[in-house]
Amino acid sequence: MSKSIEAIDLDVYYGSFLAVEGVNIRIEPRTVTAFIGPSGCGKTTFLRTMNRMHEVLPNATVKGQLLLDAEDIYASGVDPVRVRSKVGMVFQRPNPFPTMSIRDNVLAGFRLNGIRMGKAQADEITERSLKGANLWNEVKDRLDKPGSGLSGGQQQRLCIARTIAVQPEVILMDEPCSALDPISTLAVEDLIGELKEHYTIVIVTHNMQQASRVSDKTAFFNIAGTGKPGKLIEFDYTDKIFSNPSVQSTEDYITGRFG
Amino acid sequence: MSQTETRGSAVAQTTDTEQPPVDAPAGVPLDNRSGRFGDRLFSGISLAAGIVILVVLAGVAAFLIRDAIPAVVASPEELDRDTSFWGYVGPLVAGSVVASLIAILVATPVGVGIALFISHYAPKRLAQPLGYVIDLLAAIPSVVYGAWGALVFGAALVPGYAWLSEHLSFIPIFGPTHSTTGRTLLTAALVLAVMVLPIITSLCRELFLQTPKLHEEAALALGATRWEMIKAAVFPFARAGIVSAVMLGLGRALGETMAVALVLSPGPLTASLISTGNSTIPAEIALGFSEAFGIRRSELIAAGLVLFVITLVVNVLARLVVARYKDFSGAN
Repeated sequence: MSKSIEAIDLDVYYGSFLAVEGVNIRIEPRTVTAFIGPSGCGKTTFLRTMNRMHEVLPNATVKGQLLLDAEDIYASGVDPVRVRSKVGMVFQRPNPFPTMSIRDNVLAGFRLNGIRMGKAQADEITERSLKGANLWNEVKDRLDKPGSGLSGGQQQRLCIARTIAVQPEVILMDEPCSALDPISTLAVEDLIGELKEHYTIVIVTHNMQQASRVSDKTAFFNIAGTGKPGKLIEFDYTDKIFSNPSVQSTEDYITGRFG
Repeated sequence: MSQTETRGSAVAQTTDTEQPPVDAPAGVPLDNRSGRFGDRLFSGISLAAGIVILVVLAGVAAFLIRDAIPAVVASPEELDRDTSFWGYVGPLVAGSVVASLIAILVATPVGVGIALFISHYAPKRLAQPLGYVIDLLAAIPSVVYGAWGALVFGAALVPGYAWLSEHLSFIPIFGPTHSTTGRTLLTAALVLAVMVLPIITSLCRELFLQTPKLHEEAALALGATRWEMIKAAVFPFARAGIVSAVMLGLGRALGETMAVALVLSPGPLTASLISTGNSTIPAEIALGFSEAFGIRRSELIAAGLVLFVITLVVNVLARLVVARYKDFSGAN
């Protein structure tokens, strides 16, 4: 489990529009990396290239290489479906399947991939994943109730449980706390700290305190202006980015003197 | 209820007047009488519309029951046939239900498939024209379907029927002989299938397009293929709607008159779907009503009442099916 990710000269296009240009980054296994930057700078776009989710949108393409350990996930013949089962994703808004029970939501990754399992094994995976997402004690008595009946924070942790149930190598999080209240946010942040022991985690966030709390390294993305491509400006240890960044625009952004 | 409301608004008004003059724009008075009048007017109109529907429905039911009773209670001698009313209407019910069920069984998978193709598989340039063509199927008058079914489609099916009766005649529905004109219950059912196809397709297409992106992406991000994503996100979201679409289609098929009347050469009930015989309630009424009077007319109206009850039961069942999944509909 847990692989490194390396992008080499990665460009992302929507049709002919270059959205993100020339990203070079190496993310080590079992670390938390935060992507920060102003809206529209391509953080989320780049994040979605890491499990080939961006190509769900029509006409989205990628140039360059994205290595998962040593394997280029954009090499010809690579099945995006296989990539996504190795690189899990948690979305901005909690999105448990509303028609499934809590248990079925956790097991959705297996059911989708047509994996049959006995009840004992299913119970074990459900319990392990929900414990892993710090949700077990809150829902263990109502596993057969719909997942949409939980609170927002619980739903998001259910989505994390669903993601870790299939034991991915990498977990991508796209502003996972932006729809949550502070207490739920804290619960998810604590969880990220625990998940780091087993997974490589990349998190997009607009909240700089959150980036400094949860991440080992931080990448700052910026955009020169509307219609221009987003770029990776600086990537370094989180302490360094927030205390002594080496690029002026990073400092402007984190001190709020931006724009 | 209305009393507390008026009291509430009176309190609101007094506090309004006690407020120091605010810089509200001069043209906007704080008491919104005209707005409340509009509200009341609209709720009155919608209440009236609801009542009218119920009155019409009750009126139709009352008419059917009043005119049907003489035939239902009549003895075989009075009806001038060797069975009671139930013996007469039974075969017609069987014909109606069988034809409609076959139509739905054929049209549902095809309709859902086309809807999925349009909503999730086809490139946009192909999806839209295809959608229009399907909608156009609904614009063809049923008498045209009937003529087409009787003259072209039925005749085209005859070789198929010949093959069925030759090789599968040990199954009763592919009976010992086959019709040489193709004007059989199976042809009628297939014409009905084509007729209900646009209903199912266009309703399902709209539903599938409304699937939340969030849920589709959740499935894809878990490593679902497109088909697995559809099973996990699209179908559960659309389940209740698919049931309604199928029930609407079934209602159309059960009540369809003209096409069946033209396609079918009616006859007594037989098990075979591919030989001459069988009839449906609407076709029987359409073919017989203009020449019927007295007890015969009452008999046809009673047959209509039976159809009315069947459709009602179908709709209630559909509601029950939909309600069973209410907790998991995503509406909460």
